[in-house]
Amino acid sequence: MSVLLSVEGLSVSFTTYGRRSQVLHDVSLAVPEGAQIALVGESGSGKSVTMKTIMGILPVPPAKVEGGRILFAGRDLLTMPERDRLRLRGTAMSMVFQDPMSSLNPVFTIQDQLGTILKYADRRLGRDRDRRGRRVRILEVLAQVRMRDPERVARSFPIMLSGGMRQRILIAMALLSEPRLLIADEPGTALDVTTQAQILKLLKDLVTENGLALLMITHNLGVVRQTCGYTYVMNRGRIVEHGATQAIFEAPAEDYTRNLIAAVPRLTGRNG
Amino acid sequence: MEFLVFLGRRVLWSLLVLFGLSVVIFTIARVVPGDPARMALGPRASAEQVQALQETLGLNRPLWEQYGLFLSGLAQGDLGRSLLTAQSVNVDIARTFPATFELVLCTIVLAFVLGVPLGVAAARWKDRWPDNLVRALAIVSAVTPTFFLALLLQILAGYVLNILPTTGRLPASLPFQADITGLLLIDSLIRGRGDVFAEAVRHLLLPTIALGAATMGQIARITRASLIDVSRQDYIEAARAFGVPDRLRMFKYMLRPAFVPPLTITGLEFASLIGNAFVVELIFSWPGMASYGVRAITQKDLNAIMGVVMVSGVFFVLVNLLIDVLVGVVDPRIRIRGARA
Repeated sequence: MSVLLSVEGLSVSFTTYGRRSQVLHDVSLAVPEGAQIALVGESGSGKSVTMKTIMGILPVPPAKVEGGRILFAGRDLLTMPERDRLRLRGTAMSMVFQDPMSSLNPVFTIQDQLGTILKYADRRLGRDRDRRGRRVRILEVLAQVRMRDPERVARSFPIMLSGGMRQRILIAMALLSEPRLLIADEPGTALDVTTQAQILKLLKDLVTENGLALLMITHNLGVVRQTCGYTYVMNRGRIVEHGATQAIFEAPAEDYTRNLIAAVPRLTGRNG
Repeated sequence: MEFLVFLGRRVLWSLLVLFGLSVVIFTIARVVPGDPARMALGPRASAEQVQALQETLGLNRPLWEQYGLFLSGLAQGDLGRSLLTAQSVNVDIARTFPATFELVLCTIVLAFVLGVPLGVAAARWKDRWPDNLVRALAIVSAVTPTFFLALLLQILAGYVLNILPTTGRLPASLPFQADITGLLLIDSLIRGRGDVFAEAVRHLLLPTIALGAATMGQIARITRASLIDVSRQDYIEAARAFGVPDRLRMFKYMLRPAFVPPLTITGLEFASLIGNAFVVELIFSWPGMASYGVRAITQKDLNAIMGVVMVSGVFFVLVNLLIDVLVGVVDPRIRIRGARA
């Protein structure tokens, strides 16, 4: 299995009010083609910065990439021309946003928002698709995320849809341009557990159906166990441990990992 | 459908507001000391004459009866007779209102079309020089009293530089009857009088700036704050992550959701604009409703006061109704919630 995304020795710092602080130290991880990889850690451990650096949406300044490489399909994202990078963003590699309540623009219909994204993705890739073609694709993707009535959903404003539906739209958004890599930022954390479980199941199914690589970023190890085969554990801007998810659960090498595992709520009670 | 419900609700509220306004202004006008009949007839009139006028005006009847008379007149669109001009208040207001309307309308349009881009520029280049400039401008314009700015403009542009006229709507040498809409800018165009149009614009310029500076500053400030707030939303970051181009993000994804506060503040500013118009009209000898209203108040011309206030009120309510509708068009959340609530 060839490696699709490989982060090598990534270091990032932030400078605010003249004070520089390093938030990522020599982070390395690899996502093979079609694999499901988790990056776990608590809030502030640097997972979101890692993800934003990969996507190229880190605000620069205050952020600065101090060193390292991010290889996507063999090419370094950090040194390639901006034009080429833009061509990848939101297309070959795209993101599932975390919060369904705030990640959709409240004043435009779903169709309008997905249409705009698709239009510019097409333009960057030099694809020729007219308005009607885009609409067909939008309805197709909405059906793919198991929307019962894609036509109606497409015409709706976000406020007319439930949290679970909005989260599915965020997934649809990421699938629009047939990506090879999905980066999911704690999908469904803002939802109730039942809905979150459905969303995770859907995400896993879609990834398998389409043979996509998935990089799942989360603080919830319970989520990881259900979806990902391989896990990286992050703490204070460093990768502290990595390995097959099962192995990490059974024999965590680090205290930090042990604590994370202990923090997963159990349904079986204290002694279960 | 949901939009009609939303609209119907707004109209009902507006009627309620107008009714409330009529009660308040009626009470205030009667409670303030001074006998209107005596003031109208002058100090030399005899007690019998004053009493006779009081009876014709119905001033000796109980208050609630007077209010009933006033309201039934209002319902038929009759504002009564002015004591000062001895004419129907309707006629007086029809004569003076267009000048005020033209002034206020030009002011609000100018304040909006300048204020919004200034706010956008400030947000776009936050903490850089355009932002600092706009913020300074907004503060200075907000703290400068209207009468002071009006006098300053008059002295500078009118006397020192001598480039713009400082009084009236048209020069005396240019007789023109605005008898279609009453608005010089529109009537002159309909009649094909370019010269009148140009003069009307020149005359409007100074009063408009004096009246609108503070409002423009407010609108710019609110637009800036609202845009900066929206720029931090997740959906803007999401648009970036999906490669939506910068310019489209700024003008479509950000400006539209950020547009509600500037619209709302524009509607509210209308109230202070009508109030400030009284000052500006006096300074620039503008033959509008405000000058008429000031005279009515000092002479306790009851019907004229009520007429001016009610017309201002209707104007204010209509503008805010329009703003509410626009807000509903811009932001579906408000439309949908407004219909549900």
